[in-house]
Amino acid sequence: MGSYLIKRLLESLLAVWGVVTIVFFVTRVLGDPSTLLLPVGASAEQIEALRSQLGLNEPLVMQYLTFLWQAVQGDFGTSFQHGRPALAVVWERMPATALLAGSAMVLGIAIGAVAGAIAALKRGTVAELVVMTVALLGQATPVFWLGIMLILYFGVSLGWLPTGGYGTFAHLVLPALTLAVFVSASIARLLRSSMLDILREDYIRTARAKGLMPTTVFLWHTARNALIPVTTMTAILAGELLGGSVVTETVFAWPGVGRLILQAIQANDFPVIQAGIFVVATIFVLINFAVDMLYGVLDPRIRAER
Amino acid sequence: MALLEVENLTVAFDTPSGRVHAVNDVSYTLDEGETLGVVGESGSGKSVHVLAMLGLLPKPPAKVLGGRVLFQGRDLLSMSQGELRNLRGGQIGMVFQDPMSSLNPVLTVGRQLREVIERHTDLKGRRADARATELLELVGIPRPADRLKQYPHEFSGGMRQRVMIAIGLSCNPKLLIADEATTALDVTVQAQILDLVRDLKDRLGTTVIWITHDMGVVAELADTIQVMYGGRIMERGPVGPVFRDPRSAYTWGLLRSLPDEGARAQRRLYQIPGSPPNMADPPKGDPFAPRNPFATPRCHTEVPPLRSVGDGHMVAAWYDLPTALKEAGHV
Repeated sequence: MGSYLIKRLLESLLAVWGVVTIVFFVTRVLGDPSTLLLPVGASAEQIEALRSQLGLNEPLVMQYLTFLWQAVQGDFGTSFQHGRPALAVVWERMPATALLAGSAMVLGIAIGAVAGAIAALKRGTVAELVVMTVALLGQATPVFWLGIMLILYFGVSLGWLPTGGYGTFAHLVLPALTLAVFVSASIARLLRSSMLDILREDYIRTARAKGLMPTTVFLWHTARNALIPVTTMTAILAGELLGGSVVTETVFAWPGVGRLILQAIQANDFPVIQAGIFVVATIFVLINFAVDMLYGVLDPRIRAER
Repeated sequence: MALLEVENLTVAFDTPSGRVHAVNDVSYTLDEGETLGVVGESGSGKSVHVLAMLGLLPKPPAKVLGGRVLFQGRDLLSMSQGELRNLRGGQIGMVFQDPMSSLNPVLTVGRQLREVIERHTDLKGRRADARATELLELVGIPRPADRLKQYPHEFSGGMRQRVMIAIGLSCNPKLLIADEATTALDVTVQAQILDLVRDLKDRLGTTVIWITHDMGVVAELADTIQVMYGGRIMERGPVGPVFRDPRSAYTWGLLRSLPDEGARAQRRLYQIPGSPPNMADPPKGDPFAPRNPFATPRCHTEVPPLRSVGDGHMVAAWYDLPTALKEAGHV
């Protein structure tokens, strides 16, 4: 178990390093921030001065090494746009993203779990057909389109909820709902198929042959086993949302990490892009790590293999 | 006294390719303390008929089309789910085939034993644990108290089957139904399990239905043998007479296809010609007729009823096997 933990931690570090490295080089290919930062018609000298100030005149490898050395110390440079440390800029947006992701996940898991369980237990009924059709639509609907439609209906036509922005509970409802639709649809579909597989298992027949109450059979024998694949999916979804749902945050003008990174990319704000991606990758890797640990709790066979 | 009376039990599965007649008009009586060996090949209806009477078949596609199953005088088929649940695991214990998949992989063996004990007896918590320990000891699992804390994957196949048997026996059932309980095990372990069951039967007076396709197991364990084919009982009777003097051509074929010690290397084993019937479109008369070298014209058109051919010995056949064998020069 100890050596497994160390191995997984090293793998996680490697993954974050890989992501950060790729992002570093990709941003360098995208364009030159100095042309965007200076007004049109700036002289060659001014551009040159800015380039050397930003360290962009150094050879690429040196820039990379400097970047790595500083990143290890938690310094991702100063945002070109905001003039403040990039990591701090990203970190400030974290609460908004976490709030949106958390609400969407709670809502999505609650709806998805109930819908998926109903679909599996009421196999072959109208209930299953309805749930699965809605779930399929939910998963297939592009998030941006759903967001815009919700804004049009609840924000513009009915005027019940704000069309975008941040601050009150009312602002949270539409973006959280938009993401929850996708989350719940994904969970419902996976939980259903996972439960149907489990319901066919011999040990479910054993549990029924023991005369156990239906709730016991459902909770301890069916759901308990069906949760293992659903946990992975949930964690991946949570990782994606915590990394900032770029589209939803943009559509609803939600001041989260996803929208920040998008704006930084548009402005070639290298430090913010790098710090943002670093944060997103770290969260994703940490969640995956946590899920791996959770597996051991859920499935003793996996615990034994480690 | 009869513990179980099965009357005209008929079960079918509705599948996309039509209705599959899995169990057809099966009737028999099982006395208290009796051990019944049910023999037949895959698809003979031997497992389905017990699953049907315990309400363990998925409905749909399964459908009980008719019949009654009286357990201590009460009809299992017309009981509510709740009443049936109270019997299952309590008065009627079941042991399934394939111990590898019949235990829940994520729960400890102790929990899986405890939940059935707590469900059907007054023993709770520690006292249920004590009973679970006692049961593991009973089925011959060493260090039972430690083993309770382990998961199924930490047990070997034979040990898991013992756990299954412990679960089946946990609430001192009146009736124990074992479905291919030793099929997945190697012969040494199988012999141990059979000894164990025989011993428990003698000590607790349990009535047993032992479903298998292994004639040897039946010879060793059962008082009565019931041969099933195509969802019907072909022959039924005390083990001795049926083995010595089979009256159904199917039983005769099964017995002939067993290797016997004296003639091991001399001859190829007998094999019953043909293949099992397609139960979505079963033969019109005797289901075995198409494969039966002794079939009479009537066998192909009309289902033979069970008739008595001796003390408790019944056969469903239009032909008379001893005569047919004599004519064919087999005797």
